[in-house]
Amino acid sequence: MSTFIQSPFGQKIQKLSSLHFVIGCLLISTLYATVCNLAFTEGSFLHVSDYTISLFGKYLCYALLALAVDLVWGYCGILSLGHGAFFALGGYAMGMYLMRQIGDRGVYGNPDLPDFMVFLNWSEMPWYWAGSDNILWMVAMVFIGPGLLAYVFGNLAFRSRVSGVYLSIMTQAVTYALMLAFFRNEMGFGGNNGLTDFKEIFGLSLQNPSTKLVLFVATSVALCIGYIISHYIVSSKMGRVVTAIRDAESRTRFVGFKTEHYKVWIFVVSAMLAGVAGALYVPQVGIINPGEFSPLNSIEMVIWVAIGGRGTLYGAIIGAVLVSYAKTRFTAIMPEAWLFALGGLFVLSTLLLPKGIAGMLPASWAKGSEKENDGIEPSDNYENKRSESNNISNPAEAK
Amino acid sequence: MRLLSKLLSTLLPIFAVCLLSFGSFANTPTESQDQLTELMTQLPTTKLKQMPALITAIAETKAPEVRSIFTTLMNGDLYYVKSGKTIVKAQKNLSKNYDVSNILTGESLGEMKKNKIKKIRTNNALRGKMRGLLAQIDLTDANEDIRLQAVKQLLDKPNTASITALATLVNTEKDEDVKELMHVALSVNSLKTGMITEQLGAIENLKGSLEPSVRNMMIKKLDDLTQQLAQQGTVKTADQAALAKALTLAIDKIDERRNIFEIIENLFFGLSLGSVFLLAAIGLTITFGVMGVINMAHGEMMMLGAYTTYVIQQAFPGLIEYSLLMAIPAAFLVSGLVGVLIERGVIRHLKGRPLETLLATFGISLILQQLVRTIFSPLNRQVSSPEWMSGSLEINPVFALTYNRLYIIIFSLMVFFALMLILKKTSLGLHVRAVSQDRDMARALSIKSNWVDAITFGLGSGIAGVAGVVLSQLTNVGPNLGQAYIIDSFLVVVFGGVGNLWGTLVAAMSLGTINKFLEPLTGSVLANIIVLVGLVLFIQKRPKGLFPQKGRSAD
Amino acid sequence: MVVDKKGSPLLAEQNIKPDTRHGVILYVEDVSVSFDGFKALNDLNLYINDGELRCLIGANGAGKTTLMDVITGKTRPDFGKVSFGQQVDLLQLSESEIARAGIGRKFQQPTVFEELTVFENIELSLKGDKGIITSLFHKLSSEQKDRIADVLHTIGLAKECYYAAGRLSHGQKQWLEIGMLLAAEPRVLLVDEPVAGMTAQETERTAELLTSLAGEHSVIVVEHDMAFVRSIARKVTVLHQGSVLAEGSMSEIQSNPDVIQVYLGEDQG
Repeated sequence: MSTFIQSPFGQKIQKLSSLHFVIGCLLISTLYATVCNLAFTEGSFLHVSDYTISLFGKYLCYALLALAVDLVWGYCGILSLGHGAFFALGGYAMGMYLMRQIGDRGVYGNPDLPDFMVFLNWSEMPWYWAGSDNILWMVAMVFIGPGLLAYVFGNLAFRSRVSGVYLSIMTQAVTYALMLAFFRNEMGFGGNNGLTDFKEIFGLSLQNPSTKLVLFVATSVALCIGYIISHYIVSSKMGRVVTAIRDAESRTRFVGFKTEHYKVWIFVVSAMLAGVAGALYVPQVGIINPGEFSPLNSIEMVIWVAIGGRGTLYGAIIGAVLVSYAKTRFTAIMPEAWLFALGGLFVLSTLLLPKGIAGMLPASWAKGSEKENDGIEPSDNYENKRSESNNISNPAEAK
Repeated sequence: MRLLSKLLSTLLPIFAVCLLSFGSFANTPTESQDQLTELMTQLPTTKLKQMPALITAIAETKAPEVRSIFTTLMNGDLYYVKSGKTIVKAQKNLSKNYDVSNILTGESLGEMKKNKIKKIRTNNALRGKMRGLLAQIDLTDANEDIRLQAVKQLLDKPNTASITALATLVNTEKDEDVKELMHVALSVNSLKTGMITEQLGAIENLKGSLEPSVRNMMIKKLDDLTQQLAQQGTVKTADQAALAKALTLAIDKIDERRNIFEIIENLFFGLSLGSVFLLAAIGLTITFGVMGVINMAHGEMMMLGAYTTYVIQQAFPGLIEYSLLMAIPAAFLVSGLVGVLIERGVIRHLKGRPLETLLATFGISLILQQLVRTIFSPLNRQVSSPEWMSGSLEINPVFALTYNRLYIIIFSLMVFFALMLILKKTSLGLHVRAVSQDRDMARALSIKSNWVDAITFGLGSGIAGVAGVVLSQLTNVGPNLGQAYIIDSFLVVVFGGVGNLWGTLVAAMSLGTINKFLEPLTGSVLANIIVLVGLVLFIQKRPKGLFPQKGRSAD
Repeated sequence: MVVDKKGSPLLAEQNIKPDTRHGVILYVEDVSVSFDGFKALNDLNLYINDGELRCLIGANGAGKTTLMDVITGKTRPDFGKVSFGQQVDLLQLSESEIARAGIGRKFQQPTVFEELTVFENIELSLKGDKGIITSLFHKLSSEQKDRIADVLHTIGLAKECYYAAGRLSHGQKQWLEIGMLLAAEPRVLLVDEPVAGMTAQETERTAELLTSLAGEHSVIVVEHDMAFVRSIARKVTVLHQGSVLAEGSMSEIQSNPDVIQVYLGEDQG
């Protein structure tokens, strides 16, 4: 059996099955929730409430976002503490469109300008709002906005070989700077309050539970597509190159790969996934504000992936949903305890669960593209690994 | 505890002496009081013609109440009660009656109808007289600060009576600063009212003066002159030309000096902001720069330091003046201890895994924040500043060094050099550097690397705690205090070149200065953003910072 | 160090052949490198002929690894010229471009991709397009699979082919790295201490392998093990304090008085 698993054919079967399993689970649970929401009345044992639907709609956005973080961190070793920025940019693109859909139903009843611009006494829209009422353009912006930021930042950072912790701090600084910028009214994105009071999307009222259901299903489908894309990437040769970069970047260069191009590429793909997650998130929660850029948000995303198990795609999804669910419960029961719990999760997961929940699953199932490896942790570069193994080889100190 | 009580017993007497000596100032001479009361009774019966003499007499008592009496009289609020002739201050209230209070004692006499009281009459000549007298009282005060203040007020709101008083007083004035300012005031007056030659002379005298009123007067004069010329429509006279030229030159000269001082002021602000950066980053230079440990809870170490200050002030409410001095070692110990705990409990297990360290310490920072929130409430706490931190050292009218900024610059430099000394001259420093450069080799030389790690981390955290004490004087002390500084601090360390103490100093100071010079142009938020983005770009260009450590091992 | 690596125009077409009409494949001329005042390389001159097997020896700090770093683009020299054949200026190229141009390197410390399998390690090293698009849609051709199998056979890791490389022993990692080098089919192989951690038998096999590679490829071997050097060397270059001290056959080197004093002297002592 084990030789079968290790043969290329066996591997292929297993990869297929893990992909099918995850997609299957997602679609079946989505279907189940939808049916139970529609077919059973309130009070019925099988009824799934609108609240649950909207809650899980949110979680699925987080799951897509976690997938994006996992792609760069789990597979390529780029610990981005600024993925919240991509999420928020995607969200703002969607928010701009929804803002324009309000039309003259805003507080000020101005048919051309969103409320906050009227409030600021602006006579016309800033140039970058041009085309914001065109859904195709704004969908494109959901990809272009985060993608462009990732491309520019990635090109600058990876070309000059900023890596590891430096890169993480840099990404954090970028999202922090963006947060400060978006807080400014002059930025033209609603300042402090952000964009909110949305009325409808594609002509469907956002207050309507059925719209929430549609959004939930759409998010689920988007997550499936994102999963398939990510799965394809990590199981292609691309995925192996990226893993190689994570484990020994300079060695990968000497094999002939332009590692910075690969890193930029995967960073951009990941940013776009995050942007899509943000775009789906905004209509479901009804607001996007600069708080989404806050560094804490970005770090929370990382912890989803760490808890779920980085380097496994389904681990990211499990982590996002579980941690978010825990957050919902915790903040409802005892709000003060949540940060204690989150902080504790950070510490404990890094100390005790370096492979996350996915690491506890049977190794044969966990076989995506990661191997059992005698407890050697993926670290961001091989120099570190060397110093680590040096530590191990000096057991005198271990006492 | 024993130590503390000992400390207290030494400090308390000093404090008591301070209080006593302060109290002695408030002693009031009763003699002038009686005189004043006597004179006041004459007020209702004195004719307007005799008033100047009476007022002069009142002024000569030099009683502290004179000021309020005169201002009330000048405003037309001084009345006397028809029955009993008590002199009162009366103001119309909403019910069209008068709220009445005794002018001398301030005691409220309740509401009175208009017909019960009578106004003490005054006129403009009298008002001028009173202003002059008031100014004279201040100008002849024994305290030169009060005299200086009086002259300053005269500069801002000149009146003829006081200027005349000034002209006589200037000759007897002994204090140089006051005398100079008096000359300035006189020159401003002659510029305003004098003949052309006097005006030219005044301009010559005032050329270097930075008093805002001097510049205003000159600009007004110049405006008047151009307006005059416009109306005149003819060629200007030689006098006018000379005056205009002299004025323009003098204004330019003043502006030039003002600009210089503005730059110096910005520089000072920048350096003080830089010092805050330095204090915040300097602990990181050790933990991150020298040890290579990413401590995202560094900001929370500062927060702990700030809260330590708060606790100390709460515990010893009578010792606010000394609270900072007590807080510095206390904060060092508290944060240092927490730092050692973090190192022993978490960081040591994550050696060689920087990204995990980053995440775990971030978790710790969340826990610490929440801990503080639970213990002290999520609201900001009020930390008061001791007396000696407030006020400023005035260099000239447009430039003053505030004491708190000044002390912070000095203090941060002291911390910096102390740290430098520890690292360069002590055996601990030697061990720290040895371990940071080659752990295995250091261990082979029987250096207890675990112990060194813990102590070093404690040292870095302790310094962060000390930084927190300083921050408590500048910003709100709240659970998020540290978060605001953590990104800046890391950027400062990376900008300066990791592991390079001097680099950190230069980086902190230059970032502070750049920030402050940008601020007037862009506003503080945008300045912050520009600096952040600039830094990010800079680090992309030079990943190893301003002063990279070269060598084979650096790769 | 950030150099704008647009790449040499000569490399625009893939697989450019270095011009070796003069029989020399690698020119290292007047190269100097210093770290903080310490001269790691000092006006070093070295010419490697096409198809030659050259051994580099020298004490620690003589500059052997730095020289390899310079050739493979890891370190940029302060002065000097390094070219691949007559026309390809290596100083203009990035590490990955140099690798693609046909200069392969085995590191002193075996560095393999520990999370990937042995098979995947070899797969990544295979000669061919290393672009993003190719990687994304790449399928191994049967020719390539055979090639991987060949290499695995040569390095004796056929059985371990689906092991994560991190699980291999030190010696096996050495072999894997050599295998990666073979898979890349470079014109020039830079081999840094290949036999450290190998058994006597493995050392012998390595010697065989390297000598068999010479001729078709140029091989530069850095090694401390003098017996090994003696067993493979045709021409030896001795580095001392960043420049070439002596060059010649093993016997010439051994009788060179400078070398005896500087290097072999220590060895015998």
